[in-house]
Amino acid sequence: MFGKLSLSAIPFNEPIAMGAVYGSLLAGVAVLALITYFRKWPYLWNEWLTSVDHKKIGVMYIVLAMVMLLRGFSDAIMMRAQQAVALGSSQGFLPPDHFNQVFSAHGTIMILFMAMPFLSGLMNIVVPQQIGARDVAYPFLNSVSLWMSAAGAMLVMVSLGVGEFSRAGWSGYTPLTELAYSPDTGVDYWIWSLQISGVGSLLTGINFLVTVLKMRAPGMTLMRMPLFTWTTVFTNVLIIFAFPVLTVALSLLTLDRYLGMHFFTNDMGGNTMMYVNLFWTWGHPEVYIVILPAFGIFSEVVATFSGKKLFGYTSLVYATAAIMFLSFSVWVHHFFTMGTCANVNIFFGISTMLIAIPTGVKVFNWLFTMYRGRVRFTTPLYWTLGFLSTFAVGGLTGVLLSMPPADYVLHNSLFLIAHFHNMLVPGVLFGFMAGYAYWFPKAIGFRLNETWGKFSFWFWLTGFYLAFIPLYVLGFMGMARRMQHYDNPAWQPYLIVAAVGTLLILCGIGCTLMQLVVSIRQRHANRDLTGDPWDGRTLEWLTASPPAAYNFAVLPVVKDRDAFWDMKEKGTAYLKPERYEDIEVPRNTFLGLAVGVLAFLLGFAAIWHIWWLAVAGFAGLIAVVIARSCDDDTTEVIPAAEVERIEGLRSRGTA
Amino acid sequence: MKRKFSFLFAVLAFLCAVPMLHGCSELVLFNPKGPIGESEKSIIIIAFALMLLVVVPVIVMSIWIPLKYRASNTKARYNPNWSHSTKIELAMWLIPVVIVLILSTILWRETHRLDPYKPIASETKPLNVEVVSMDWKWLFIYPEQNIAVVNQFVFPVKTPLSFKITSDTVMTSFFIPQLGSQIYAMAGMRTHLHLLADEQGEYTGQNQQFSGYGFPHMSFKAKATSPEDFDAWVNKVRQSPDKLDFARLDDLRKPGVADTVLYFSSIDPGVFDHVVDTYCAMGESPGGKDAASHAQHAPEAGGYGTATGDSGSMGAMAHRAQEN
Repeated sequence: MFGKLSLSAIPFNEPIAMGAVYGSLLAGVAVLALITYFRKWPYLWNEWLTSVDHKKIGVMYIVLAMVMLLRGFSDAIMMRAQQAVALGSSQGFLPPDHFNQVFSAHGTIMILFMAMPFLSGLMNIVVPQQIGARDVAYPFLNSVSLWMSAAGAMLVMVSLGVGEFSRAGWSGYTPLTELAYSPDTGVDYWIWSLQISGVGSLLTGINFLVTVLKMRAPGMTLMRMPLFTWTTVFTNVLIIFAFPVLTVALSLLTLDRYLGMHFFTNDMGGNTMMYVNLFWTWGHPEVYIVILPAFGIFSEVVATFSGKKLFGYTSLVYATAAIMFLSFSVWVHHFFTMGTCANVNIFFGISTMLIAIPTGVKVFNWLFTMYRGRVRFTTPLYWTLGFLSTFAVGGLTGVLLSMPPADYVLHNSLFLIAHFHNMLVPGVLFGFMAGYAYWFPKAIGFRLNETWGKFSFWFWLTGFYLAFIPLYVLGFMGMARRMQHYDNPAWQPYLIVAAVGTLLILCGIGCTLMQLVVSIRQRHANRDLTGDPWDGRTLEWLTASPPAAYNFAVLPVVKDRDAFWDMKEKGTAYLKPERYEDIEVPRNTFLGLAVGVLAFLLGFAAIWHIWWLAVAGFAGLIAVVIARSCDDDTTEVIPAAEVERIEGLRSRGTA
Repeated sequence: MKRKFSFLFAVLAFLCAVPMLHGCSELVLFNPKGPIGESEKSIIIIAFALMLLVVVPVIVMSIWIPLKYRASNTKARYNPNWSHSTKIELAMWLIPVVIVLILSTILWRETHRLDPYKPIASETKPLNVEVVSMDWKWLFIYPEQNIAVVNQFVFPVKTPLSFKITSDTVMTSFFIPQLGSQIYAMAGMRTHLHLLADEQGEYTGQNQQFSGYGFPHMSFKAKATSPEDFDAWVNKVRQSPDKLDFARLDDLRKPGVADTVLYFSSIDPGVFDHVVDTYCAMGESPGGKDAASHAQHAPEAGGYGTATGDSGSMGAMAHRAQEN
C-alpha cells in the first residue's frame, strides 16, 4: 500500500532534522492560519493560485525563490558551523550522513530552486513588458511551469521530514548515486525533484523564446530590444538545448536504480564517465543560464541610473551571444583530472579561457556606460557596483582554474568552491537582488526602502569576502571540498572566519526581509503613481505600477533602442488615444496548479515505490492535458469601457 | 564609498597577516617538494600576475568612475547620448584577446609538459606503485618489492614515482598536494600519474573527490626517505605476519575506515589486476580479463602517446568499446 514508506522514514531521533521539520511546519501552519484569519482564501485562489497573468506568476516565482533561499542558506550556515568546529577529536554537531545531505541540498536548492525560479520570476514580470507585449505566448503553459517548479521544490522540502535527501552532492556523480552505494531514497528525491522542475524550466524556456521572437511590439527590431530581453533570449536557447541532456542523464540513472540497468554502474559495462560528461554538458551551460539574465539586469540598471545610453550595445549583444556558444564547448574543464589526454585538456582549457574575453568586454561596457553619466546611487546600483569589483576577482581565479596544470592541484579544493561562489554570488545573486529592487515597484506598486536595501548590500558584500577569501586560502592549504571532519589545525582559523562571514550574510538576508516589512508599512508614502519611478528607458516603465492585466492599453510603437526614453523626449509617452478597444486576456484556471499537485504526487510515489499512486498521478496529468485541450473557452474580454476606466484612474498619476 | 576602500584594505591586510601567523609552510601548494608541484605553482603565479593587468584596472574603474560621475557632482561632464567609441571598443576586445593568447600559449606548452601520464625524465630507475582506492582507505602495492601497505606511502627521494591507479569503489581522486598533480581513480580502469619528491619529509596525501560516508578519513602520510631508509622500511614491512592474498583482499574491500597502517609482507601476483577486472568484464568472461590485462601492459611499452589511450574520458571510451 505505501511502498517503501513507513513511519521509520521520519527522523524522530535526529534533533536537528526534526527541528527543521517542526520549524518549516510551524511556519507553514502560521501562514495558513493567517490567511484563514484574514479570510484571504478566495483572494489568494482567484487572484494568485489560479492566475495565468505573467506578472503574478512572476511574483509567485520570486516568493518561491526567496523561501528556497532561506532554506539553502540555512544549509550553508550549518556547513560553515560544522567545519568551524569539526577539528581533530571534535566531530562537530553534524554526523557524516547528515552533513553530506546538507551540502547536497545546498547546491541543488541554490541552483535549481533559488536561482532558476528567481530568473523565471524576473523574466515573467519584465520580458513581455519590455517588448511591448500584452502577455506571453503560452499563458497556461507558464502557469504549468510555475507549479512544476514548485512541485520539485516541495519534494526537496518534504525530504527533510520524510526519509532523507541525497548524500552524493548536487552533481550526483555516479556510481556514488547508484543503488550499490546509495540504496536509500535520498538520491530518488534528488532525481525526481530535478526531473519535475526541469520540465518546468524547459517549458519556460520554450515559452519565452517564442514570446520574444513572435510578440514584440511594432517597430521593435531585434537590435532595438533591451539588453535584459536579449540575455533572456540567449538563456532560453541554452535552456532548450541543455535541459534535455539533464533529463536524459537522470532518466538513465533512474533506469539503473529502478530497473537494474547498467548505464552508469561500475560493473556490467556501465560507464561512470559518461554520466559525468552528460551532467556537465548540462551543468556548464546551466551556469550561464542563470548568469546571463543577471548580466541583462546589470545592463538595464547601469543605463537607467547613469541617465545615459548603454555603451557599446552591439558589442554587448555579440559578447553575450559568444558566451552562449562557448558555454557548450567547455564542460570538460570540470574534470581535467580524469586522465584525459593533454590535447583534449588543452582544447577545453583554451575554450574556457576564451569566455573571459566577451565577459571582460561586458564589464568594460558597463563601466563606460557610467563614464560621463549622472550616476544615482540607489540600491540596484549598489548591487551592480559590488558585482563589478567582486566579479573581477572571480574571473581571475576562473582563468587560473582553466589552466589544466593549475587545475591539477586546485581541482575539488575549497579554492574551487570559492571560485564558483565568487562567480555566482556577485554574478547571479547580486544581479537578481538588483533586479528585485529595480522592478519591485513595477510589480507591486511601491518602492522598497532604500536604507534597509543598502544595509543588506553592505552585509552581503562584507560577508561574502569574509566567507570566501578564506576558502581561497584553504584551497592553497590543500583542503578538499565537502569535508565533514578534518585533522589539520592550521585550517581552523580560516574556517572560523568563513563562518563569521556567513553570519554577516545572514544579517544581509535579515535586512532584506526587514526591508520588505518596512516597505509594506510605508507603502503609502512610497507608492509609485507614475509607473516610472526611476526615470527609466525601456518599455516596462510605460505601463502602470502594478500594470493592468493587459499591460498596454494601446500597443506602443517603437522608434528607438531606448524606446520609452525616446517617447518621453518626444513627449509621446502618455498620449491618450482617441478610443480604446476591447482587449482579450487569458481566463484564470486551476489546471496549472492541478498539474503541480499531480506531478508532486507522482514524484513522491515514485520515490517511495507507491506504484498505485504513481499510476494515478500520471493518469491524472494526462487527464488534465486532455481536459485543457478540449476547453475552447480559455479567454475573456476586457471591454473598451473598462479599459478606459482603468486608464483614466492611471492618468491621474502621470498627469 | 569610503567604507568600501577601508573594507578592501582590511581584507588585504587579513590576507597578508593570517598566513604569516603560520609561516608559509601551511600553504602547501606554494611550498611544493617536487618538480611537478614546483611548475604548477609557477603557472598559478604567472597566470595570476597576467590577469591582474585586467582585474586591477576594472576594480579601480568600478570605484573611480561612479564616484567621479555621481549625480551630485554637476561639474563632471554629462554626455547622455555618448554610447559608442570605436577606439575604446577595439581596446576592450583586443587587450583581453592578447592576454588570452599569451595565457593560451603557456597553457598549451605546460599542459603537454605536465601531462600526468608523462614519465619524468631521470637517471634513477622509477619506482612502480599500484594504488587502489577503497571505501575508505588507500591500498599501495609495490609490485617489484612484492609488498603492500594500507594508508601509508613510503618512497625514496629523487626517484621518479610511476603510479598505476584504480578504484575498488566510487570515483575518487589521488592527490599528494605538495608533490603536485592529482588524478581520478575509477573502477575497472587504470589511470596513471608521475610524481617526484626532491626533499625528504612527510607529506599529506588525500582523496580529493567526495566518496561518501568515510571520505574525510581517506588521508595518508606520504614519506619521502633516503634510498637506504626506504630499503630498511621495505625489510620492515616484509617482517609483517600479514599477507595480501585474494581472501585478505576481499576482507579489505569491505567498507570501513582503517584506523591504523597495515603492512603486508607479500602479495599474491595480480592483486591489482584482479581489482580492475572485477569491474571490467561482462560477468566473469575470460575474454574481458585478457583484454584488460593487454591494455595494462601496452602503455608501459608505448610511452605516453598510448598511455593516454588507457583511460581518460575520451580514451577510455574507445578502449572500453574495444574491450566489450
